Amino acid sequence: MTKKINKLQDQKKAGLLPKSRTGINGLDEITEGGLPVGRPTLICGSAGCGKTLMSIEFIVRGALIYNEPGVFMAFEEKADELAVNVASLGFDLNQLIEDKLIRIDHVHIERSEIEETGEYDLEGLFIRLGYAIDSIGAKRVVLDTIENLFAGLDNQTVLRSEIRRLFQWLKEKGVTAIITGERGDNSLTRQGLEEYVSDCVILLENRISNQISTRLLRIVKYRGSVHGTNEYPFLIDEDGISVLPVTSLQLDSAVSTESISSGIASLDTMLGGAGFYKGSSILISGTAGTGKTSIASSFANANCLDGKKCIYFAFEESPHQIIRNMRSIGIDLNNHIKSGLLEFHASRPTLHGLEMHLVAIHKNIKRFKPDIVVLDPVTNLITVGSVSEVKSMLIRLVDYLQNEGITVMFTALSLNNTFNEQTDEGISSLVDAWLLIRDIESNGERNRGLYVMKSRGMGHSNQIREFIIADEGLELVDVYLGPDGVLVGSAREAHILREQTGQALHGQAVSRKDREISRKRKLLEAKIAGLQTEFESVEEELNKVYLEEELKHKIQEDNRREMIEKRKSIKAKK
Amino acid sequence: MGTTEQTWELRLYIAGKTPKSVSALSNLKKYCEEHLHGKYKIEVIDLLEKPQLAEGDQIFAVPTLVRKVPVPIRKIIGDLSNEEKVLVGLNIISVKSSVDVK
Repeated sequence: MTKKINKLQDQKKAGLLPKSRTGINGLDEITEGGLPVGRPTLICGSAGCGKTLMSIEFIVRGALIYNEPGVFMAFEEKADELAVNVASLGFDLNQLIEDKLIRIDHVHIERSEIEETGEYDLEGLFIRLGYAIDSIGAKRVVLDTIENLFAGLDNQTVLRSEIRRLFQWLKEKGVTAIITGERGDNSLTRQGLEEYVSDCVILLENRISNQISTRLLRIVKYRGSVHGTNEYPFLIDEDGISVLPVTSLQLDSAVSTESISSGIASLDTMLGGAGFYKGSSILISGTAGTGKTSIASSFANANCLDGKKCIYFAFEESPHQIIRNMRSIGIDLNNHIKSGLLEFHASRPTLHGLEMHLVAIHKNIKRFKPDIVVLDPVTNLITVGSVSEVKSMLIRLVDYLQNEGITVMFTALSLNNTFNEQTDEGISSLVDAWLLIRDIESNGERNRGLYVMKSRGMGHSNQIREFIIADEGLELVDVYLGPDGVLVGSAREAHILREQTGQALHGQAVSRKDREISRKRKLLEAKIAGLQTEFESVEEELNKVYLEEELKHKIQEDNRREMIEKRKSIKAKK
Repeated sequence: MGTTEQTWELRLYIAGKTPKSVSALSNLKKYCEEHLHGKYKIEVIDLLEKPQLAEGDQIFAVPTLVRKVPVPIRKIIGDLSNEEKVLVGLNIISVKSSVDVK
């Protein structure tokens, strides 16, 4: 069976369109391998959306990474201007030109210098381009922007047919070409021509919603190849263009049975002993001031102490603020920053669009390769997007992190009503573990109750624990289950106190009884002693009589014997 | 006008002996004989032979006529079939009229 499938795949592969990798982050994933080799690709979009940059990056990366020399034919900017523009991305264009890896040809068209009379064609341009290609053996060509021809020349019919011929000619040359074009009113390009003669069309856009602009890329067509059809956000920064890596559509990421501590021993116990699974996603939701950030920090702290790497994305507080605040509960995050295990990235959600945040998060994760990611709080992102947008962003993020085996912890602010608990940006169904911290209000005071709403794949406690933030750190305490129901906070303390008092009183009573008994015993013992003496005196009395009688009896006997003796002697005398 | 004393340096870029380039060259020769007799120099450059020269004069269409001298440089593209346009483009009309005034 598998053999059959492999065979099918091999057959498919054999007929596949060869592709030329662009080397641009993420673009090769969307196009499933790059741009079509030996065919022209159109990149279109309105002013300032990054057409020129994308095309020059294609050339430069081609030269640097894939060793494919390229020709850049500029109709707008001069070679030195281009060199300055891309120097900010760290590309040394002049060096590449010297190394014969890149050739830049600036075509200058000035309408005022040109008269047109009669028939002509653009063979001059072809020859020029052909010469440039041959001189360095170029495999890649960029024409930026071909429309300038239309601005400089009048004869539209000639131009249209010549541009058609140019595309054909590029194909014959076998170069992978990018042609850039300005976006037209109702069509992809002003002339409505290039998109039909190109084999691949990429549309760039700069969309602004809620005053926040997001760059978007979409592949409109790609002849002979499957491709992603969505709009993908992309970012231009000091590393060039990065297109957001796509959501993998499969749910086949490897899972781990390894555990990772939550940083609170008693919470680990609630979760069945060892904490969360490695590579899982954890949501902590709660109302304002319930200690979400504290839990997140303690999680980061515990794992940094374990020598794991952690990135903390803060959308609400500055790193210094968090570090200071956490010091008050005995967590020193500064140490980990110094040792390079912890990295903070704080940004206002409104800094850029949602997708940009995602790209930025991706980039940082790719660079830092953390074991743990904390996002605090994700709810703040709602200011730059709708709930569904935030959800889709988080799905993609969770997806990516799961693939990488990175554990992620989100915190989410929930509003103080019970209906909302189920739909924390709709991600509660997405995460593997969900801890909910709730205010328990009674007896005129507010206490925090923590419970585990869910924790996939592990037995977990169904109990509410009282969550206490003390100077020494975080702690979960069993709530007091008294005869009056669940007691928390001072009510619990009071009850415990009452019980202690009761015990003390009880103890007192017991000891009093003990004393009573011993006293009684003493009394009885005294009585017994008295009786004993009485008995002794009676006994002595009795003994005395007895002795006297014996003495009397003895004396009488003696007397009698004496009398007898005396009588005997008298007899003898006689 | 000082330009009248100058020799006109004209350069015609072509790409092979196409009908367009042939007619451009013949048209040009005709106009020059008529208006700039003895004061002109025509250089024909075939880009098929010397493609490296295209970049220097910013050639993208053929045939292209470039007026190198007198400055400023002017370019006329096409087969030069419209005489009036060529003369205006090369600024020859004024030369001719100034000659007429003399």
